[in-house]
Amino acid sequence: MCGIAGSIALHDAVSPPALSDLSAMVGALRHRGPDEFGLYRDRRAGLAQARLSIIDLATGQQPMCNERGSLWIVYNGEIYNYVELRAELLDRGHRFRTVSDTEVVVHAYEEWADDAFARFNGQFALALWNSDEETLVLARDRLGVRPLYLCNYGGRLWFASEVKAIFAGDTSIPRRLDPVGLAETFTFWTSVAPQAVFEGITELEPGHVRTISRESTRDRAYWTAHYPEGPVAPSGSLEAAAEYLRATLEDAVRLRMLRADVPVGAYLSGGLDSSLVAALGRQTKGDKFSTFSVRFEDAEYDETRFQRSVAALIESDHHEITVSRRDIADVFPDVVVHAERPLLRTAPAPLFLLSRLVHASGIKVVLTGEGADEMFAGYDLFREGKVRRFWGRQPGSNLRPRLLERLYPYLARSPVAQRAMAREFFGRDRERWAEAGFSHQTRWRSAAALQRLFVADLRRETRRVDVTERLLASLPPSFRMWSFLAQDEYLEVRTLLSGYLLSSQGDRMLMAHSVEGRFPFLDINVMELANSLPPSFKLHGLDEKYVLKRAAAGLVPDEIIRRPKQPFRAPDALSFAGPGPADWVTEVVSERAVTEAGIFDPTAVDQLWRKCQASPVGEQFSNADNMALVGVLSTGLLYERLIRSVPTRFLAIEFKTVVDRCAAQQTGQASADPTQTGPLT
Amino acid sequence: MNTQERVRQFILEYFYVSDPADLTDEISLIDSGFVDSTGMMGMIVFLETEYGIHIEDHETIPENLESISRIADFVGHKLQMAASHRRGAD
Repeated sequence: MCGIAGSIALHDAVSPPALSDLSAMVGALRHRGPDEFGLYRDRRAGLAQARLSIIDLATGQQPMCNERGSLWIVYNGEIYNYVELRAELLDRGHRFRTVSDTEVVVHAYEEWADDAFARFNGQFALALWNSDEETLVLARDRLGVRPLYLCNYGGRLWFASEVKAIFAGDTSIPRRLDPVGLAETFTFWTSVAPQAVFEGITELEPGHVRTISRESTRDRAYWTAHYPEGPVAPSGSLEAAAEYLRATLEDAVRLRMLRADVPVGAYLSGGLDSSLVAALGRQTKGDKFSTFSVRFEDAEYDETRFQRSVAALIESDHHEITVSRRDIADVFPDVVVHAERPLLRTAPAPLFLLSRLVHASGIKVVLTGEGADEMFAGYDLFREGKVRRFWGRQPGSNLRPRLLERLYPYLARSPVAQRAMAREFFGRDRERWAEAGFSHQTRWRSAAALQRLFVADLRRETRRVDVTERLLASLPPSFRMWSFLAQDEYLEVRTLLSGYLLSSQGDRMLMAHSVEGRFPFLDINVMELANSLPPSFKLHGLDEKYVLKRAAAGLVPDEIIRRPKQPFRAPDALSFAGPGPADWVTEVVSERAVTEAGIFDPTAVDQLWRKCQASPVGEQFSNADNMALVGVLSTGLLYERLIRSVPTRFLAIEFKTVVDRCAAQQTGQASADPTQTGPLT
Repeated sequence: MNTQERVRQFILEYFYVSDPADLTDEISLIDSGFVDSTGMMGMIVFLETEYGIHIEDHETIPENLESISRIADFVGHKLQMAASHRRGAD
């Protein structure tokens, strides 16, 4: 895993990229790849890379090129099927000088051009520079596991794994939060690529390849999710599907365990998905296998018992950290700096602490269970959508809404007022049950209601774009032919998985401590299998992850399979609003800071903060108050740290690989040898 | 301050609404997202404390509580009932 950065001049009048700018960019990414640094530069383009060495430790340095030195790559990620692709490319006459997956990408692109990316089973963000044709190719994995941001400024196209590297590359790039990006965040919990939360910055869409030449820019999807159209009749039994799933998952885990030249561990949340992945990882490893878990001081969020039960069964070398409310408050500013987005939940914070533990234990790669809930319908949202649609078909029914109590048992125990209002909430627009986005409307509406905290100017600007309408207008043409569950899964993947779970809770928290995450449930074969299954194999009645539970039988403790799904949550407002708030909290909610940031109305923030402060110790906050406070604090921190502060240009980078074709006019440290290390094999 | 104004002021503060113009008397508090189902509990506690009334379970329905004007009507009705009850007892 690594960080990549670079820029290309968009016309001839622009000077070659400065080495200091490239250093500053990669310097801002050094947490992503502290092992080695490399750069390439010619008259028009500069590429830089910070490397976390995982495959081919000895000769996998970047930038790397083809035989002729005309195609250069900086690359962040892993292609798990690179061994097979390398053999195929050797057959086709390509010659390799390393045993890295990076070099396979270069030759695969030479051989298959844009069609190469669909052959990759992996997670990647990369830039390929063809110095003969002066063409830049940017590509990103199917679901956006690896990040890639772009910015067009000063006659150059800047790109990097993280926005802070672009800001460090040229500190005169304007830094401002984007009203539409904020509106998306305060609706979907994340901006949706290509939209980003910074003005003038865009995100390369997952599954896309963009080619930038002198003449034109072309952006196309090399992959889109597809689900069966029309009703899906089971082509086999549930047992057969479970068996096939288990074998496919085993392969996915094995590839991710074996395609690494460093030890691989696993996260263990105590839920079904990570337990299954850890169990399969342990099976592949055969001996000492490390697992890592977050425990919470607050019993409500804690899953220690389940984590330990799995660790005991698979006999792993188990590591734990216990997270308190104060720990969350203490690291939250760093969490936001790494996430580079406003957050509505604190859940990234414990994961930031967990990757720190992994790093300290000497492990560089972990498997996680991310993606299973989207592929196999694990979330309450899918069940809720099913119940609400069922109710919508008979909107007058009194019995059908009672099913909501099956989903949310607290409703049955709630005071009547809450039940009546919940019915109003869940039942809204139920006659529109067949429309796209119906299941997500409850979540989107709750988050969007928080925009009432925005200052008037910002609310005016956000109205330029109806973000929900825009998202629903961008759906694939076949969307409406899919089952309702498939539609819900697609939207969940496109929004929450890509933008929040894989980014703010995933890549960013892992890379903060130089740890690479690998996600067997996002293996292309697992995804395609999952997407092809009949909805009833995933959500059987209201029983979630039906086929996955069967696939896991015997591999994880029975109690893990039987226990109800528990979403990964951490104390939200409770972490900040207790007695003696952290200094930064008091500062961020102060009238001065709120006014200067210009995002939220100072009076509204003051009322929110007073309400949270006045809440009796230990009392639970409402979902709205939790999201509001975390959203206000994270947005305030984002403004403070990434907008207001002038980016630090960390220039003391020792490059191990330097290919500088402008070296004649520059200092003497560079080498102009295009073919760098190692003999051809 | 009449009931409508008092309830509006409470909502503006308790549900941190930055622009009072958004909060019309007729807007549905649940649909607009200003008040969620947990928040409605806070509202009921406020009404009971502020006006010294007791709101029965069967009265906690959207018809009575979903907008500022409905709340004001409902509170007015409850106060009237209480007053006539007191008069009847005198």
